[in-house]
Amino acid sequence: MTGIEAHVQQPYKYGFVTDIESEVVPAGLNEDVIRLISTKKGEPDWMLDWRLKAYRNWLKMSEPHWPNVKYGPIDYQAISYYAAPKKLPKLDSLDQVDPKLVATFEKLGIPIEEQKRLTGVAVDAVFDSVSVATTFQAELAKYGVIFMPISQAIREHAGLVQEYLGTVVPANDNFFAALNSAVFTDGSFVYVPKGVRCPLELSTYFRINASSTGQFERTLIIADEGSHVSYLEGCSAPMRDEHQLHAAVVELVAFDRATIKYSTIQNWYPGDEEGRGGIYNFVTKRGKCAGVNSKISWTQVETGSAITWKYPGCILQGDNSIGEFYSVAVTSHKQQADTGTKMIHLGKNTRSTIVSKGISAGRGQNTYRGLVKIMKGAEGARNYSQCDSMLIGDKCGAHTFPYIDVRNSTAIMEHEASTSKIGEDQIFYLRQRGLSSEDAVSMIVNGFCKEVFKELPMEFAVEATRLLGISLEGSVG
Amino acid sequence: MAKGKVLLEVKGLRAAVAGNEILKGVDLTIRDGEVHAIMGPNGSGKSTLAQVLAGHPAYEVRGGSVQYAGKDLFELDPEERARDGVFLAFQYPVEIRGITNSYFLRSALNAIRKSKGEAELDPLDFLQVLESKLKAIGWDDAMMNRPVNEGFSGGEKKRNEILQLAVLEPRFAILDETDSGLDIDALKTVAQAVNQLRAPERAFLIVTHYQRLLNYITPDVVHVLADGRIVKSGGPELAHELEAKGYDWLRDAAMVS
Ligand SMILES: Nc1ncnc2c1ncn2[C@@H]1O[C@H](COP(=O)(O)OP(=O)(O)O)[C@@H](O)[C@H]1O
Ligand SMILES: [Mg+2]
Repeated sequence: MTGIEAHVQQPYKYGFVTDIESEVVPAGLNEDVIRLISTKKGEPDWMLDWRLKAYRNWLKMSEPHWPNVKYGPIDYQAISYYAAPKKLPKLDSLDQVDPKLVATFEKLGIPIEEQKRLTGVAVDAVFDSVSVATTFQAELAKYGVIFMPISQAIREHAGLVQEYLGTVVPANDNFFAALNSAVFTDGSFVYVPKGVRCPLELSTYFRINASSTGQFERTLIIADEGSHVSYLEGCSAPMRDEHQLHAAVVELVAFDRATIKYSTIQNWYPGDEEGRGGIYNFVTKRGKCAGVNSKISWTQVETGSAITWKYPGCILQGDNSIGEFYSVAVTSHKQQADTGTKMIHLGKNTRSTIVSKGISAGRGQNTYRGLVKIMKGAEGARNYSQCDSMLIGDKCGAHTFPYIDVRNSTAIMEHEASTSKIGEDQIFYLRQRGLSSEDAVSMIVNGFCKEVFKELPMEFAVEATRLLGISLEGSVG
Repeated sequence: MAKGKVLLEVKGLRAAVAGNEILKGVDLTIRDGEVHAIMGPNGSGKSTLAQVLAGHPAYEVRGGSVQYAGKDLFELDPEERARDGVFLAFQYPVEIRGITNSYFLRSALNAIRKSKGEAELDPLDFLQVLESKLKAIGWDDAMMNRPVNEGFSGGEKKRNEILQLAVLEPRFAILDETDSGLDIDALKTVAQAVNQLRAPERAFLIVTHYQRLLNYITPDVVHVLADGRIVKSGGPELAHELEAKGYDWLRDAAMVS
């Protein structure tokens, strides 16, 4: 096909490095390193024991190779597991944050200074292995909402953390979850008490800065009965020739009638057009609808990372509970994504909705992998799945692996799938009406993703639309 | 009536698609305010001519020249041609999922306005522009909130093209078989909308296979395209002649010459 080409430089806007004095623990992984991390975080003994147990399990596990992605071996001894700026603020005093850190987050569109904060959004800013600022903590506390770095929660709300950590994603769930459980550094902790509708959007921004390090984010969100919370995570990293590992675990628990809306705008450095550099994003995210009529909704817009391996899922345990997964995954250049969801129906009349949009450009490879499992007791369960793939150019690929396991005959399953090629005729039609080819592609792609974008919190929908425009910039010649 | 200035001058145009030469030397001159009709058998190259003038990248220009409003048309990208007033009502309009007809048309109008240094219209201003144009084709807002051409009937797609024509107000409009697939009422509506848009500053090139549309839009000149060349040109009466005799006699003539 003439006219459509997919190999022009993608301008990654967030590829800068912050020149800041950091403490970086020497590369390598062993029990001493884990003890060191635990000591640095001032953790209680039970936490260290939990980490060490996870580590010992991890040693017996092997890296999964079933995903439809290709990469060279990862040397886990060549990675540093802890990096943090030397000058860190004391707790609860945002004024003392190093101006270089403030400037860094400002540049990323995440103002953490008191007077510049985003209205309606509380932000936890994580830089390498530590949280450097969390805004609106005091305001949230008035509602009984706890929003803080997980390392702080381990010290201040040990009971809650200990009760729920690892209950949704067990420490030995999979290779990367086990690794994370052993060495996780920072992430956010959220608790929304009974009947409270969290008055602000909560958001965590993860920034990788130091080289040769891995980032091991850990997030735990608990929504008590009848509560409601909307949370969003964003991320980015410098442009480097090396691959860097980001292995996260996110656990969500929703009790009776509680709703958790979890959105991700993932913009890790994707590597260059030859596939040099870029983040390996190996992530385990799972939510448990523990209570009746509870709801967990995942929305993700994935434009970054060299490799994405991620299946945010829901365990629908409470009767009438609802799980949702809305996803846009973009792969251009040599990016590879193997992503999708797992919906496990246990309770009666549980419902799940899956809407996945894969966009491949350049030499990108995009795989949807989803599992819908209806267990015996899940009377009247329903699932609706829709997987759409769009190809831009002819050197990229789209793959779909929907797995279905139904053990209750009352289940109603619907599945729709489509693959379309962004056509020269479509682009020409728009250009004939006066739109530039970039605007034409952006319009077609945004239309394709509309069902997912409308699920994003308003504050971030614009950002997602813009990001998509950027990551496909130059994919049409 | 005094003749307008030359708007479009096509000379010896040769063009190929998928390696086959389809246009083999087309000459055509259109002046401001004129309505030209191009008729011809299926496969004679009518749509090819329309697509080449609009700049579809799949069509390869092999020779000849096109001057449009004093510019070399082939020096311009498709969107530049559009912004300079070239409009093509497509024979097969495409669908755009997830984008409302209203958003699409406003974006197009604003792209054109912006290129002229005019202010862009917000959704409310745009609604006002739209109102009278919608009436002309017998539509209400409902069609504007649907995704572009998705699930539209053949006739609705053609009406949508005419709506775009009415809103974008181009200087030179090419209509590629806008009449095919329309019932008689729709045909009359479309013809009426086009007639309303006829103006001294606007020219039309109407591609049609049948004479039917020309009962309602009276062209200034009728051309017959056969085997990639214009083999005959005349007044409106030529259309009637073709209706009566078919195309074969002309095609034979073209072969012989
Ligand atoms: N995109 C294309 N690819 C291959 N062949 C084409 C394409 N478009 C047109 N053609 C061929 O070019 C010739 C002229 O087509 P067209 O210009 O559409 O004729 P008309 O509009 O007069 O019916 C036909 O033989 C047609 O099959
Ligand atoms: Mg045709």
